[in-house]
Amino acid sequence: MSTAIADIHEIPAESQVNYLNASYGIKSWLLTLDHKRIGLLYLGTITLMFLIGGVAAVLMRLNLIEPTGALVEPDTYNKLFSIHGIIMVFFFLVPSIPATLGNFLIPIMIGARDVAFPRLNLMSWYVFVTGCVFALYAVAAGGVDTGWTFYPPFSSSYSHSHVVAMALGIFIAGFSSILTGLNFIVTIHKMRAPGMTWFRLPLFIWAMYATSLIFVLGTPVIAVTLLLLAAERLLHVGIFDPAIGGDPLLFQHLFWFYSHPAVYIMILPGMGIISELITAFSRKKIFGYSFVAFSSLAIAIISFVVWGHHMFVTGQSIYAGLVFSVLSFVVAIPSAVKVFNWTATLYKGSISYEAPMLYALGFIGLFTLGGLTGLFLASLATDVHLNGTYFIVAHFHYIMVGGAIMAYMGGLHYWWPKITGRMYPDLWARFAALVIFVGFNLTFFPQFVLGYLGMPRRYGVYPQEFQVLNVLSSAGASILAIGYVIPLVYFFWSWNYGPPAGPNPWGATGLEWTTSSPPPTENFEHSVIVTEDAYNYPTADVTSE
Amino acid sequence: MMGLSQFGLNATKAAASSLALMIPMQPPAASTISGDIDQLYYLLTGITLFFTVLIFSIIFYFMVKYRRRSNDERPPDVHSPLVLELAWTVIPSLICVVIFVWSSILYIRSSRPPAAATEIFVVGKQWMWHLQHPEGPREINELHVPVGVPVKLTMTSQDVIHGFYVPAFRLKKDVLPGRYTSLWFEASEVGTYHLFCTEFCGTNHAEMIGWVYVMSPEDYAVWLSGGENSEPMAQQGEQIFNHYTCGYCHVADGTGRGPSLVGIFGKPEKLSSGESRVVDEAVIRQALLQPNSVPVAGYAPIMPTFQGQLTEEQILQLIAYVKSLGVQERASAR
Repeated sequence: MSTAIADIHEIPAESQVNYLNASYGIKSWLLTLDHKRIGLLYLGTITLMFLIGGVAAVLMRLNLIEPTGALVEPDTYNKLFSIHGIIMVFFFLVPSIPATLGNFLIPIMIGARDVAFPRLNLMSWYVFVTGCVFALYAVAAGGVDTGWTFYPPFSSSYSHSHVVAMALGIFIAGFSSILTGLNFIVTIHKMRAPGMTWFRLPLFIWAMYATSLIFVLGTPVIAVTLLLLAAERLLHVGIFDPAIGGDPLLFQHLFWFYSHPAVYIMILPGMGIISELITAFSRKKIFGYSFVAFSSLAIAIISFVVWGHHMFVTGQSIYAGLVFSVLSFVVAIPSAVKVFNWTATLYKGSISYEAPMLYALGFIGLFTLGGLTGLFLASLATDVHLNGTYFIVAHFHYIMVGGAIMAYMGGLHYWWPKITGRMYPDLWARFAALVIFVGFNLTFFPQFVLGYLGMPRRYGVYPQEFQVLNVLSSAGASILAIGYVIPLVYFFWSWNYGPPAGPNPWGATGLEWTTSSPPPTENFEHSVIVTEDAYNYPTADVTSE
Repeated sequence: MMGLSQFGLNATKAAASSLALMIPMQPPAASTISGDIDQLYYLLTGITLFFTVLIFSIIFYFMVKYRRRSNDERPPDVHSPLVLELAWTVIPSLICVVIFVWSSILYIRSSRPPAAATEIFVVGKQWMWHLQHPEGPREINELHVPVGVPVKLTMTSQDVIHGFYVPAFRLKKDVLPGRYTSLWFEASEVGTYHLFCTEFCGTNHAEMIGWVYVMSPEDYAVWLSGGENSEPMAQQGEQIFNHYTCGYCHVADGTGRGPSLVGIFGKPEKLSSGESRVVDEAVIRQALLQPNSVPVAGYAPIMPTFQGQLTEEQILQLIAYVKSLGVQERASAR
């Protein structure tokens, strides 16, 4: 096998037929059934949505430099944080890793030629784009001011913004999640190469499997909920607004029944990526494979029964509060198990520090802090004080940005040579990782303090005493923004000018590294037979065992 | 040498204190529970710091110790011992149990108001807080309370969901339309504290803020008697009761077409379905707005709805009136 790799390396990337140069023209992309091209279509779409959501965040942070609001009117500020939240959650984070890296990698990692339903896969991208069009229409027509949580009766009876268009956008995009999840589950069950048993699967696949379960089981609930909201808003059917006979807490139960598991839709794929990166850059087997694998499933299942911790201050019964508090602590344990196993994987490894590894190590640190601050919110008495404040904002950004986006960036850097066949400048990439790490912490750490001091979230103006911490946070946000622009530049550069990567630039295991970069349309030149476990890095002979 | 280190120490102290002046780190603590919640908060902060530093240190140590020295390096095969996996599953679980128990005890304490609590009524509406004391005085975006006395807020909203939050008390509760939620506290420090709305409620959500004035009992008594509009809530309720001629049916001696309201508050009332419900604020509110949903056994369901005719504040005044009927009866029975 090693000689085969050397042979491929001799041939310049340009002269090989691969999935990128197999056919040309816009039509060959828009009608492609190749999971790799569909992954890239998603990559382009969500990058655009990320930039829109990011601009909203920058404007918010600029406004918060002054206690009286430096930039915009209250209504505009309310629309900014709503658009930021909705775009980032539903149109970036939820599809981010599954639809891009998941689409690209799942078939290759299990030794298949494509996903189980290639046409469905392309359709899910069109469905997603349709959802994006509705959402962007809602933004362009004047925006939405309900926050990403759409709580009625404000959203159903009082808001004058484009709630229905935005809700429909999320509703439609949800179907793309369901189709993608379905496709992945069937693919992982039915398309594995001979010899690729469940316990030989890379942990990224386990994580994607757990994520797909949540896609399929959770997304229909948010779809129905938003449809009911639209029905109340358009037809005045009394479902949530007590003035016409509804119950506003019913919405919160339904909303969080999806939206808490959705947090794990965002973080589980990231955890899968981290398992790949830590092993590749320390050349070690993962420590505790089955514990890491099953913790993904445990998280996916338990995540469906913790939604009530979003409602500790709504007046739900004390006993409901106690039960949801216990369950929320329980869901923290599998995450802790993962962190310990990743850390232990480094033990006696052969560790190198290319950019993807820096993101992975950054992820572990930030996710640890994000996860531990979650205990403050699972715990009833402290949640009563911190709920609805900037502490919440800081906590979930440590998970969503410090966790999910760090992992996404790490994954992009790790598989970029595979996707494009080209290397990016590693020094710039390491520099950007450092800038993002520093900018991120400066943005969000002060928000923990702000929350403990009592500053509520979703405030465009605030009392004077909170200014210093807000200015620090805004300064961090500007550093973070620069950190995100740098990779955008060198990725574009490397697409055309980067040096050829070769099939396995990191010396990693995994089927994706046994094929050429970029892979051929059918993924592998020959049919694949798997004979060994995942992460089977060559080890020194240790006789003491 | 000594002088230098002393200088260094002083400089550090000065820097730390000037930083502390610039950056507040601690909100004022002004209720009997805020100190206890802070203790739990410190424990959680300690746990968070400990594990974050632990993980960071181990990672840094491994990063340096096991850095790749040559490309041909072959790391040894390390097996994961089951006992280690169990240890880092069980130890965090035990820590979680401790936090859960401690926290839940505090939560239950903060959820159950003492029977003797003074009542104050809160109505949230876009974008202001309306508060009324049973003695009569009304306030907007300001709440005056006595120090050292348990106070129970009964809260509702005229429109959308709001959140009543006093950081110095470490307490908040959502304020919902169509139902009552309650929040109780006992202020422990005289002073002026922020009141925030924490549930996004529209354009001026960020300006739905106010102040809580914690006063000595003497000052509070003076403040209560000093208001212009100091007719007690029960009397205001009685006027509404008479305005809508409710007494035409709800005759005090029970001979009317509706049940007598004297002494019913806090007692179970049998419904025509056979079940019985304790008459509380929520039941009275329901009886006013959807009378047919709580038909009292032995009476024809003929009461008209007052939905849309009564404001939330008027409903609270009517409730105060019905409550006062109970007190009068008990007083005369003695």
